[in-house]
Amino acid sequence: MIKSKRVLAASLVAALSLTAAACGDDEETPAATDAPEATEEATDAPAATDAPADTDAPAATDAPAATDAPAPSGESFNVGLTFDIGGRGDQSFNDSAAAGIDRAAEELGITFTEAEPNADGSNRAELLQLQADGSALVIGVGFLFASDVVAAAGENPDTNFAVIDDAMLDFDNDAVPLCDNCAGLTFAEEQGSFLVGAAAALNSTTGTVGFIGGVGGFGLIEKFQAGFEAGAKAVNPDIVIIPQYITEAPDFDGFFAADRAKEIALAMYDQGADVIYHAAGGSGAGLFEAAKEQSEASGSKVWAIGVDSDQYFTSSEEVREYILTSMLKRVDVAVFEITKAQSEGAFAAGNTVYDLSVDGVGYSTSGDFMTAEQIATIEDFKAQIIAGDIVVPTVPEA
Amino acid sequence: MNAGLVRRVGLAVAAPLVAAVVAILVSSIVLQVSGSNPYETFKTMLENGTKLETLIDMLNRATPLYLSAVAAAIGFRMNLFNIGVEGQYILAAFLAAVVGAQFELWAPLHIAVIMLTAMIVGAAWSGLAGLLKVTRGVNEVISTIMLNFIAVGGLVAGLLPRFIDDPTAANQGTPQIADSGRLPDLNSWVEVFTREITKGRRLTGVLLVAIVVGIIYHVVLNRSRFGYDIRASGMNPDAARVGGVPPKRMILIAMIGGGLVAGLVGMPEVLSDTHAYDQGFVQGLGFAGIAVALLGRNTAPGMAIAALLFGFLDSSSAVLQVSNLASSEIVVIMQATILLVAVIAYEVVNRIRQRDEVKRAAHMVEATA
Repeated sequence: MIKSKRVLAASLVAALSLTAAACGDDEETPAATDAPEATEEATDAPAATDAPADTDAPAATDAPAATDAPAPSGESFNVGLTFDIGGRGDQSFNDSAAAGIDRAAEELGITFTEAEPNADGSNRAELLQLQADGSALVIGVGFLFASDVVAAAGENPDTNFAVIDDAMLDFDNDAVPLCDNCAGLTFAEEQGSFLVGAAAALNSTTGTVGFIGGVGGFGLIEKFQAGFEAGAKAVNPDIVIIPQYITEAPDFDGFFAADRAKEIALAMYDQGADVIYHAAGGSGAGLFEAAKEQSEASGSKVWAIGVDSDQYFTSSEEVREYILTSMLKRVDVAVFEITKAQSEGAFAAGNTVYDLSVDGVGYSTSGDFMTAEQIATIEDFKAQIIAGDIVVPTVPEA
Repeated sequence: MNAGLVRRVGLAVAAPLVAAVVAILVSSIVLQVSGSNPYETFKTMLENGTKLETLIDMLNRATPLYLSAVAAAIGFRMNLFNIGVEGQYILAAFLAAVVGAQFELWAPLHIAVIMLTAMIVGAAWSGLAGLLKVTRGVNEVISTIMLNFIAVGGLVAGLLPRFIDDPTAANQGTPQIADSGRLPDLNSWVEVFTREITKGRRLTGVLLVAIVVGIIYHVVLNRSRFGYDIRASGMNPDAARVGGVPPKRMILIAMIGGGLVAGLVGMPEVLSDTHAYDQGFVQGLGFAGIAVALLGRNTAPGMAIAALLFGFLDSSSAVLQVSNLASSEIVVIMQATILLVAVIAYEVVNRIRQRDEVKRAAHMVEATA
């Protein structure tokens, strides 16, 4: 009896820890950035940096040979890319960061070391410290690194740090950078949403489109809505847009509620919408299912639009044909650009917003569902946004 | 006679030794196959493991693992398979962080309030499973799994939004506990014997709590009437009952005792690290603790060694990755191999022992006949 219990215990532990690891795989949701005011400033200045120009201070003073002379290129230094749980190969956030560093290694000739935390995320701080020992630039992939980066940056004044999806600004104190050697890399989600809004309007035959937000009330997801609405209206000023949020902050279940997203989507399709965009993280799967069901039941095809990554590739095969496009958040671009800035001696503390001008956000065309004319129209909008002729709002119209 | 002693000592040492050797062999093969150099890998692990900063990491990691192991072991010793430590410590840490952030107090009192809150919550949650078992006969494996889900997915997920510090923040968490509720680190104590600790490492003060818990566990279990009752109930429940040990009371006490210790598992994070409960809160220590308890055979010193070993392996994973030697999975493979081989080896040793006993008894019977 005792014996069998022990063996049972061993196998249960193994099973449970595996499940735990699988569940904690990737916490990446759009609930990520927190600096709407920072983005406003950035829309007119491509990839603008909010911080005052103290760029040379941390990089150039006495870092190891690598950063001594900020020559344009050819300088080799090490980048410590620190993933969040899941690491390279997660088909999502981390993989996008990995693509960015691979490109940087190829084009800039830098070296890099990779690390990911233990399955329970217990050693983020230690990883950053270790990476800092051998790197001129340490990148933390995901906002959960923010507080540990502040501590590590203080301990390692000769190393630069960057955090994806956190502005790294002290909002209680006039939004100054949290430290002199740490940068926050965030994204102009409203600009990408504008383009998929235009795509939605171009592909709508009913003149009605829908927007499903995961969690409303804390400012971030409203950026997606504002951009989407502006883009749709730019194509068709009379378009009807039905916005709906799954939950309101501080209830964050809306990012993990595929069932509720599906109900909302089906209701929107019933009201005549034929294209629906979601900014709802994991809930998006419910939208895709609804698009498939509605199309099959009614006999006329309705569309869904994905978010963050190219969801044509990350979704199951049955729903792919209903994903018109996805709003892309290019973590790879952010990783590449900050590495390039470091190699040029142009690392700047504070918030950097990746927008259309640097392909920090964008849209996908996987599946070839859009015509060449439609893509040309969207590209035209893109050029106008980059040129500053169109300023995309970050707050929806009342 | 002397040969018998040698054999017994040999058997005791054999299990962990075999486990270690097999684990090294298996991981060497995995390393070789995946294109890494096993020799370099183990060398780096050892070099890194003897650095002062790594020792601090190792102790910081071992502290919650050890507390979690003790929490689980209290039930195990009675044959109660309490796998509810996970839910108990997460709920306890969350509520303790919420309570601790409400006020500022004289520091020792503030810290005591936070720790007591956590212990009471852990004990209450664990006691619930005990109560279900003694009143309704619900198997503790089922009830503790269920209570884990209710605690983490239900209560904490449902309550966290009510206690969020800053609703616009990316990392949603409870407000920070004031300075008076933060446990000082032990760096100055360590530095008396060594050089200065650098690289931002801070040895958690909860280590002392873990040591005290370990001593109490050891003394109560091995040197008190109550501990005898627990061990007796575990080895032979019927005999214990006939001998006057009330089984229901023992179950309740063991579950509540386990819950008290489980409440402390989250304290390094709440008292020494983030001073709040946020999205980065470390989950999974409850299950990791079961592994440590198994490896340490539910004894206080055994679990301490096992917790330190797991702490060492976990801290190795960082340096192996950063030095491009191996991926973090190699450490998980090592831990799993050690655990599996150790459990099997213990079992084999047990059987050999039993066979020896039978032989010895047979000899004695023959001698008297």
